[in-house]
Amino acid sequence: MRVAVGRRKDFWTGVIYIVIGLSALVIARNYALGSAARMGPGYFPTAVALLLTAVGVTIVVRSFVREGELVDRFAWKPMLLVLGSIVAFGILINRAGLPLAAVVLVLGCAAASERFRIGWPPMLGMAALVAFCVIVFVIGMGIPMPLIGPWFTGIGE
Amino acid sequence: MEVFANLALGLQTATGLENLLYCFIGVCLGTAVGVLPGLGPVTTIAMLLPLTFGLPPVAALIMLAGIYYGAQYGGSTTAILVNMPGEASSVVTALDGYQMARQGKAGRALATAAIGSFFAGTVATLIIALFAPPLAEVALTFGPAEYFSLMVLGLVAAIVLAHGSLLHAAGMILIGLLLGISGTDVNSGAVRYTLGISELVDGIGFVALAMGLFGVGEVIANLEHGSERRVSVGTIDRLMPTREDCKRIVGPILRGTALGSLLGVLPGGGALLAAFGAYTLEKRLSKNPGEFGRGAVEGVAAPEAANNAGAQTSFIPMLTLGIPSNPTMALMVGAMIIQGIQPGPSVMGEQPALFWGLIVSMWIGNLMLLILNLPLIRIWVIMIRFPYHFLYPTIVLFCAIGVFSLNNTNFDVYLLALFGLLGYVFRKLDAEPAPLLLAFVLGPMMEEFLRRALLISRGDPLVLVSRPVSAAMLIIAAGLVVMVITPALRRTREKAFQEEL
Repeated sequence: MRVAVGRRKDFWTGVIYIVIGLSALVIARNYALGSAARMGPGYFPTAVALLLTAVGVTIVVRSFVREGELVDRFAWKPMLLVLGSIVAFGILINRAGLPLAAVVLVLGCAAASERFRIGWPPMLGMAALVAFCVIVFVIGMGIPMPLIGPWFTGIGE
Repeated sequence: MEVFANLALGLQTATGLENLLYCFIGVCLGTAVGVLPGLGPVTTIAMLLPLTFGLPPVAALIMLAGIYYGAQYGGSTTAILVNMPGEASSVVTALDGYQMARQGKAGRALATAAIGSFFAGTVATLIIALFAPPLAEVALTFGPAEYFSLMVLGLVAAIVLAHGSLLHAAGMILIGLLLGISGTDVNSGAVRYTLGISELVDGIGFVALAMGLFGVGEVIANLEHGSERRVSVGTIDRLMPTREDCKRIVGPILRGTALGSLLGVLPGGGALLAAFGAYTLEKRLSKNPGEFGRGAVEGVAAPEAANNAGAQTSFIPMLTLGIPSNPTMALMVGAMIIQGIQPGPSVMGEQPALFWGLIVSMWIGNLMLLILNLPLIRIWVIMIRFPYHFLYPTIVLFCAIGVFSLNNTNFDVYLLALFGLLGYVFRKLDAEPAPLLLAFVLGPMMEEFLRRALLISRGDPLVLVSRPVSAAMLIIAAGLVVMVITPALRRTREKAFQEEL
């Protein structure tokens, strides 16, 4: 039982709350606290951060004395692929343009699935999806997203 | 009667060709995305939110409301046909709905759900029209102390009604408050919690937060299951309930509507509680409770009516007080703020066309759902069969484009990834992120009202309890906490959420 504490869901939730609460508390020290009558920018966040830390500590303490579910395995590969694809999209959208950014995102995300195969039907589907986005979002709704980014036109970023 | 004049104004606004069209688009898109297995209404709305940015405020809100009912209805369809409820409140519908579908009565289950939802929607719309104005008038007399206490009550209720651990929900609320106040402090001009990142000076993007926590987090969680769920949809028989069905569902629909309308106003998971409550109630009242769970038509009618009534009346606190009672309403508040409207009691007086137009459009949206959905059922079945591994890259792409398009900064796209990570981690830890979204919306308002209340009282915190309305709200909030901590009641609460599952 004692061994398992470090794998309990409760324990880690509490730890996350404490980390966020303490960081918020430390950062809030730079903001003027003021008084109750004239609350400074630090007053409310300090109070909330203190409460959050207290809640976190309570959860952690409780996780030692109470049986709880264990954290099961993280799906590292899908997680990293999906999040990575989104970040790549963010990097590419203004530099390489929407079509390329979209292709990278879709391929990256798709690779997270066990059923990922390179083949004609999914490729055509992706092309249709990208075309749909270009037509609806850029041409139809007029969202200013470059179609061909500065990477290709040679004009500096 | 003033109500009729107001409703007439609303009818005029809502039946304008443009608004009808957006209501129609919203309802269709909402259903189409909502039927996709594993996509709940919150994710659906978050994903489709960017489509409304370019519209005028009235049209945008009408379309969003349409997306909301559409998504709810779509979720029930999926729950009935393939036993994959997209959200907690359609879990109940799946219990008997799916059994009916397996017995070849899918069409009758769907029709029952549609009729129940429509009736509940109609009644709930009338309730909003009747009760929203007086409530808004009361709210206009509220000072900062009352507002602050009201928000405390709202958040406490959200903690109590959240499923899962109370402490987890409390922590989520506090994190939401902290995230909500990041950016420039309106009062002092101080810049808080931006970590020196200039894009954060205006605060954390609401859309990135909602889409990350719910949309992206959900996608990753779904991918975890590895081998894909096989979706098989049986044949759908006649789409009309039999005469006997009709007789059996009248009572459950009426009771479900009443319960749902009442509970929907409560902060927290009103609709969820209503669906569970209505189901349990019918089972208790039934002459043959053994039928429940084996395809009782009452078990579809009651929770569907309750669910939809609750979804509708949850607009009351949002429209009159500016306080969202569930994550979906938090999204609506976010959408209103993006449109430049601060939700609150003054909206009704200042923008009557928007207010009443939205209310009437709710009813029209429900009517459209009733007329459209049954004939279109074959299209929804095609959507349900659409394999997830083709679907989710599209979801992520729409989220990324949507987040980017709001401010045209790639920083928001990175935020999307960050909150997606957070959403997934919270899911793994069984920490429900819904309360976070509520608190995020309320954070800045809460701080401001507390500051004003204390400024007026010269720093005396007793102002919160010396004003009767404010005191009453804090007492109710405290009462809720006591109730939940009391062991006996606590067991009832846990039972209420677990029963029948």
